Order: sequence, then structure tokens, then C-alpha cells
Amino acid sequence: MNAIVALIEVVSVIAIPGLVLFVVAYGAFKRVKIYEAFVEGAKEGFNVGVKIIPYLVAMLVAIGIFRAGGAMELLSVAISPITSLIGMPAETLPMALMRPLSGSGALGVMSEIIKVHGADSLIGRMVSVMMGSGETTFYVIAVYFGSVAVSKTRHAVPAGLVADLVSVVTSVWLANLIFG
Amino acid sequence: MLNYIWLALIVIGIGVALGHDLTSDPGSGASERYPVLNKVTNEGIIGSAKTAVTLAIGLIGIMALWLGIMKVAEQAGLIALLARALRPITTRLFPDVPADHPAMGAMIMNISANMLGLQNASTPFGLKAMEELNTLNKKAGTATNAMCTFLVINTSNVQLIPATVIAIRAASGSANPTEIIGPAILATACSTIIGVIVVKALAKLPMYKKQLEA
Repeated sequence: MNAIVALIEVVSVIAIPGLVLFVVAYGAFKRVKIYEAFVEGAKEGFNVGVKIIPYLVAMLVAIGIFRAGGAMELLSVAISPITSLIGMPAETLPMALMRPLSGSGALGVMSEIIKVHGADSLIGRMVSVMMGSGETTFYVIAVYFGSVAVSKTRHAVPAGLVADLVSVVTSVWLANLIFG
Repeated sequence: MLNYIWLALIVIGIGVALGHDLTSDPGSGASERYPVLNKVTNEGIIGSAKTAVTLAIGLIGIMALWLGIMKVAEQAGLIALLARALRPITTRLFPDVPADHPAMGAMIMNISANMLGLQNASTPFGLKAMEELNTLNKKAGTATNAMCTFLVINTSNVQLIPATVIAIRAASGSANPTEIIGPAILATACSTIIGVIVVKALAKLPMYKKQLEA
């Protein structure tokens, strides 16, 4: 098992320098003016960064209010009778609720749960699967649609939320099946 | 839908904070009368607004880097090569996008970066893809079907190696930190498949179709 951890470490260390090296070397091989091409592409970076600011402020402030006010805890208590029906321990609810809202928040929740229950407990494993299979849906929506000034998001949000729900339910089911 | 979610987050957030502060007794010697509301103001409102800008500014350098690398890959023909290889899948997922459109290459780069867990690179590629998809958009400010499908694939996050999770588990003394990879990939595959089915089905609803008409 240590071999797998080591392999993952190697892959995550090599991936970015490897990709940069490969693209630049391949470009040079194909006689692309790599420096000029890079600068031309990189120019757009600033505009995109600035363009997403209003969307990101709107999204993060609303999520920030929701989190700081303690609404997450209240919601966890309110829906725990329903979620216990699918074999979901109440302790993992904050994780499922936080995952689509905030990446750093979810990482914090996961670390806290693992500290309390242990990484190899059923609850610890379940939140690990949730963290690994989920995504910060609202951040992605704000940034991606914001970069092209789209505010009418049509069916992207409901479909994204269904995908999040499926990911949580499957994580709970698989964790119970494999580790329970 | 985003309008309702936004309203709900703000109203419920402030409502719960207010309810908490009004019902709990601050006790003698409490330094502030409204601790939760103050937290909402400082952390929730002011703090988040600042964080948003810090995040966006921080993204500029990384955006510039990957957009530069992407341009090199584009001119070297790498993106077109990738797009051609995956054409049977991409044309089915995005029937409204021409098979050789630059958006296809950018979306493939974004999804590959996501799968490898390269979050730094996946966002710039994803934003490039959105920009390209927007050139096919007939109604500015409204999401196209292709954008919605792309977003759902992104939010259901097909990640092969959740490196951060494994690192935390290893640091917390797990005997087997990688055992969650299998179930995580399965869960993510289920959510992507269902997400794509749902996004395609919803696109056919009259209420969403109507929004595309000028």
C-alpha cells in the first residue's frame, strides 16, 4: 500500500512540470515560436481574473453568511432523520452540505471529522470518499459562468445539484458496503 | 434558480444568526450582545467579499501561465490532435459544437486536468473552454446547452487521484490512506453519468428551451 501512496506522490509532483516540459518541447519540435505564442495566450489571463470578481463576490458572500450564521448546523439537525434512512451517520451531514459550497470549508470539516473519529473509522472513510468524489459546485458555477458574463444559468444548477446528491448517496452506500 | 438559491442562503443565514442571538442569553460580563450577527458581518459579509477578490487576483497569474501553455499546445497542433482522438465522445456530448471547434480541445484539456487532480490547470482550461463556447452563443448572458453540459461534467468532478484527501488520511495515521480511491471513483462516475443524463433531459423541457429563443 505504501507503494501506491509513493506512486501517487510521484505522479502529483511530476504532473505539472511534466506537462509544461512536454508542451514546450513538442512546440519547439513543431517549430512553433513558443515564447511569442506563450505571451500571446497569457495576455488573456488578467481580463479573465478581473471579469469573475463580481460573480465570485456575490457567491462567496451569500455562502459566507450562511456558514457564519450557523445555518449549516441547523440544517444538519433538520434533515438528519431523512438521511439516516439511507444509512448516513449524522456526523457526516456537515460534510455533504459543505462540499458543494466551499472547498476549503469542506477540507476543514473532513480534517475535523477524521481527527475526532479516526481516519480508519467508518465515518472517517465515508467523509474521505465524499471529499474525493465531490466538487465545489457553486464556486465552479460562479467562476465559469462569470468568466463569460452569463447570469441566466438555465438548467446547469439543478442538474449540478442532482449530480452532487448522487455523489453523496453513492458515497454513503459504497462506504457502508465496503467498509461497514 | 440561482436567484432563489442566493436569496435563500442570505435570508436563512441572517435569520438563523438573528434567531440565535435573540434567544440565547449573553450572560453577565459578555463582551458583545450579538456574537453570531457580528460573526456574520465580519466573517460572512466583509471577509468573504475580500476573499473573493484575493482568490480572483491569485487566479490571474495561474490563468496567464496555463493560457500561455495552451496557446503553445494549440499552435503545435496538440489540442487538435486530442480533439480528434476523442471526437466520438465529444460530438455526442456536445452536438451543438462543431467537432473541430477550439472549444472541444479546451474542454478536453479541462476534463483531463480534472481527472489528474491538477486543479491549478483545470480552471484556466475550463474558462478558456467557456470563452470558446460563448462564441457559439446566440444569446449573450444566457447559458447554452453545451455550457450547461460542460458545467455538470465539471461539477461532478471526474478525479482519478484525490491527492489532498489521501495526504490528509496519511497524515492522520490511516493504515491504508488510498483505500478510498476505488469508491471515490465509482461515486464520481455515477454522479457524472446521472448528471449528464439529467442535464440532457432538462434541456428538452419547454421552460429551459424557451430561454434560448431571442
